Amino acid sequence: MRPFTYERATSPAAAAAAVERNPGARFIAGGTNLLDLMKLEIETPVQLVDVNGLKLDSVEPTPDGGLRIGALVRNTDLAADPRVRRDYGVLSRALLAGASGQLRNKATTAGNLLQRTRCPYFYDTGQPCNKRQPGSGCAAIGGFSRQLAVIGGSDACIATHPSDMAVAMRALDATVETVRPDGAVRTIPVADLHRLPGDTPQIETALEHGELITAVALPKPAGGAQIYRKVRDRASYAFALVSVAAIVQPDGSGRVALGGVAPKPWRVEAAEAEMPRGAKAVAARLLAGAKPTDDNAFKLPLVERTLGAVLAEAKG
Amino acid sequence: MKFDTPATTNPIDRLAVVGKPTPRIDGPLKTTGTAPYAYERQDAVPDAAYGYVVGSSIAKGRIAAMDLADARAAPGVLAIVTAGNAGKLGKGEKNTATLLGGPEIEHYHQAIALVVAESFEQARAAATLVRVTYDRAGGAFDLARAKDGATKPEDGASDSEVGDFAGAFAAAPVTLDETYTTPDQTHAMMEPHATIAAWDGDRLTVWLSNQMIAWTTGDLARTLNMPKEKVRLISPFVGGGFGGKLFLRADTLLAALGARAAGRPVKVALQRPLMTNNTTHRPATIQRIRIGAERDGAITAIAHESWSGNLPGGDPETAVDQTKLLYAGANRLTALRLARLDLPEGNAMRAPGEAPGMMALEIAMDEMAEKLGLDPVEFRVRNDTQVDPGKPDRPFSRRQLVECLRQGADRFGWARRNPRPGESRDGRWLTGLGVAAAFRNNLLTRSAARVRLDGRGVVTVETDMTDIGTGSYTIIAQTAAEMMGVGLDRVTVRLGDSSFPASAGSGGQWGANNSTAGVYAACVKLREAVAGKLGFNSADAVFADGQVRAGNRGVPLAEAAGEDGLAAEDGIEYGDLDKRYQQSTFGAHFVEVGVDAATAEIRVRRMLAVCAAGRILNPLSARSQVIGAMTMGVGAALMEELAVDRRAGFFVNHDLAGYEVPVHADIPHQEVIFLDETDPISSPMKAKGVGELGLCGVGAAIANAVYNATGVRVRDYPVTLDKLLDRMPEVG
Ligand SMILES: Cc1cc2nc3c(=O)[nH]c(=O)nc-3n(C[C@H](O)[C@H](O)[C@H](O)COP(=O)(O)OP(=O)(O)OC[C@H]3O[C@@H](n4cnc5c(N)ncnc54)[C@H](O)[C@@H]3O)c2cc1C
Ligand code: SF4
Repeated sequence: MRPFTYERATSPAAAAAAVERNPGARFIAGGTNLLDLMKLEIETPVQLVDVNGLKLDSVEPTPDGGLRIGALVRNTDLAADPRVRRDYGVLSRALLAGASGQLRNKATTAGNLLQRTRCPYFYDTGQPCNKRQPGSGCAAIGGFSRQLAVIGGSDACIATHPSDMAVAMRALDATVETVRPDGAVRTIPVADLHRLPGDTPQIETALEHGELITAVALPKPAGGAQIYRKVRDRASYAFALVSVAAIVQPDGSGRVALGGVAPKPWRVEAAEAEMPRGAKAVAARLLAGAKPTDDNAFKLPLVERTLGAVLAEAKG
Repeated sequence: MKFDTPATTNPIDRLAVVGKPTPRIDGPLKTTGTAPYAYERQDAVPDAAYGYVVGSSIAKGRIAAMDLADARAAPGVLAIVTAGNAGKLGKGEKNTATLLGGPEIEHYHQAIALVVAESFEQARAAATLVRVTYDRAGGAFDLARAKDGATKPEDGASDSEVGDFAGAFAAAPVTLDETYTTPDQTHAMMEPHATIAAWDGDRLTVWLSNQMIAWTTGDLARTLNMPKEKVRLISPFVGGGFGGKLFLRADTLLAALGARAAGRPVKVALQRPLMTNNTTHRPATIQRIRIGAERDGAITAIAHESWSGNLPGGDPETAVDQTKLLYAGANRLTALRLARLDLPEGNAMRAPGEAPGMMALEIAMDEMAEKLGLDPVEFRVRNDTQVDPGKPDRPFSRRQLVECLRQGADRFGWARRNPRPGESRDGRWLTGLGVAAAFRNNLLTRSAARVRLDGRGVVTVETDMTDIGTGSYTIIAQTAAEMMGVGLDRVTVRLGDSSFPASAGSGGQWGANNSTAGVYAACVKLREAVAGKLGFNSADAVFADGQVRAGNRGVPLAEAAGEDGLAAEDGIEYGDLDKRYQQSTFGAHFVEVGVDAATAEIRVRRMLAVCAAGRILNPLSARSQVIGAMTMGVGAALMEELAVDRRAGFFVNHDLAGYEVPVHADIPHQEVIFLDETDPISSPMKAKGVGELGLCGVGAAIANAVYNATGVRVRDYPVTLDKLLDRMPEVG
């Protein structure tokens, strides 16, 4: 870990400005991802701006009947919120499928969205990795890639985004609210928050340096059966091999997003038109153009089968 | 004390303390966080500096250049140790690769430098400033590819043949010929390898976490080219080892070198991401098993061959040993072949040999039972043998495999198992039951102790035996209490110090039986001293209730000891009983699994182990050992695998996020039954080991249950969902 300075931000705009001024500055929220990466010198910020005191930790109703989740709301609290449990079951279930109780107590809504990949080569500074060290190459391609992406990757990077929560938010059509260093606010559909790697896997989101997430807004409840199914080798405390977030209406229509398969929560709206025709058709559209490795080709049938089980469960 | 004839009645048979469920005496220290582990001995060494290990980022080749300038100049740095400045080092007898590499690199994350600084954070930060350029060399990293070039291991004795295997196999009406694989595994114990080293002139003291004090004292002295009398090791608490801490490892050597270079004590804990590739691991195996049987199920031919790899000078994984002994059959063959691999060093992990060997053999037995149309329990029972099948004049000292299988089957409801696979369902789960035998040899090795009786009647035991979370403190205290006729509250046990008499140490499930037998021997001598001092005939003296009595005279032990106390030192040594008899431990594992019909996720539902392993010295700690071993078996069956990068030559998933071991949610109801048994051939304690028995066979019982649930036979561990998926039923 490199030496760094630490300051507590006093307002969202001030936090954004503080980070913007220093190219080596980062926000820190729960710290459950950033600190681990700093210990390994995968991230080497010279300044940390602590956003925990910004009072962005409440869940409020919005005028259009949705919910506005403060960026600092802890994963535990969000999962337990009665409105979330009642109206956005897929989100509550996705949160509870992630990490462990201790981590969820610390992890925040914004931090969870922005957590970095779990690609094992990204974590080993002895290995080439374009995301960690642009231009050094990608050790995972041709290496051990069981956990990695089957779709959306590039010749430069096939890392997955590991969040469960983000997959549910993608299915819920959430939008991210930010403050920029100049004080301007903007909203970004969660669909556009994460970028595909292309030639620049080190650039992971649409956020500018210093842009602070203040909240995530959920539109009014979508109803339907809301299911989050996370598939993994061990029963708990493991990242998804694949996961399915689904909102299924009584008439069989609905929405589906996938985790564990791509560099971002994976949703293809056009695939949802196939929902009444069943999982095979939906999965085929969702994963059209997939480029799996030998290690992770099983994810394609696994998605189809998991989706099948989820749709069957939704029918009751 | 020489143990060369079977034990007769002795004071242990009173079972006033031994054999009683006894909570671990170190338990409160552990649960309150007051048992000091090696890295935390600031009480003994208040001024230790911190060392951080730099590991090689190539698997094979040479260091072309190493630039230490920036690291040296970094804040707080006191010293940097490399092979270039450490002076001439020897090598431990038990080490295959050198512990401080350079310029030659033998494996990935081989230690190449130790950065010592005032604080841990400074050492870590400076370590990233050590700049190394390498000349990379090619190596062999793929066991499957290296297999054909594998050779007979140098130490001979790798092959065995009885009768005419080939002829009998060819003639058998029912045969099986299958190949099974087990992956590389890492010990993944909670406490990392950790050491504090302090020099006092030319004397060295190290506080460390180690299972085998005498081995490691010798190897540390050997590596540092110093007399072993000048080295003192202290390892009273060990936060798990599983074989990973049997040997001198880099933390200890580097702490000693770092302390010498820095001129003050140094502490080093191996960083978790380094542990996997820096230390030893259980090597992967490829195992071919052939079994031939008559239609009635009698085995006529059995062969087990195993291939594994290691660095030059390393040993093979002895995965075939149990197959020499477990089942009857007149014609037999086993063979081990060793390939050269440039992966990190392969070595012992809990139940080396039998753990992976039983994972393969016990699937083969399940497959064979099915071919024969026999129940898997019945097939095993039919092939029981009470003698070493290779040397029929050599009986087993005690063998209750059949009883374990039968009792387990009863208890588990085995009769309700549907023999047709893939037909039992519970909602979304396909369910299945599996069974496997458990087998692990009982190893005898000398072990010594010192016992002292003081003027307050307190008995103190000292031996370099270790307690690696197994319960050694407690069973040793029980043994001394039983022998001296006092309560546990009158016994103090001190372990893990090289200034104490050398014990068996902790490994190979030999610790419990041998170390308590050594304490028994020392106590016999102490009893003689007490009796002698009082003028009692020691054969008549009865030690009970804190007194020694003969005839109608009774003297409190405290009084007998007097002001100066009495002490005795002795050990157990074995004759040839283990040559005349085969000594092994037996058991049966029963498992129920559910397999998600859609995703093929496998979840264990219940587990039962029935063990026959001689006298159970402490049913409570023995049960803990067995359920822990069963848990490890779940890991081996369902998730544990070091992923090999076959290009760069290393284990990729080298932390606890990437290398999955079971979590609580994976472990359901576990039950353990110990058969009431004594084995007087084994030792005066009439005990054997259980800590590894509990692991041997679990993996296969799970794999067999998965087969029973799904009809999919997986022969490559771990059994993960991707290996089942294409043969699972249609969804929906
Ligand atoms: C052992 C382990 C297991 C885990 N398992 C899972 C799992 O199964 N599923 C899962 O989904 N997750 C899992 N996680 C990840 C966990 O969910 C994340 O670590 C956590 O959500 C990150 O939140 P945080 O608040 O601690 O983020 P931090 O570590 O504080 O920050 C993460 C990143 O977000 C940035 N950031 C934080 N807040 C803001 C803001 N308001 N605006 C802009 N940028 C910001 C930081 O600069 C940093 O780059 C696991 C983590 C661990 C350590
Ligand atoms: S997949 Fe991406 S994160 Fe992983 S090694 Fe390649 S570039 Fe790095």
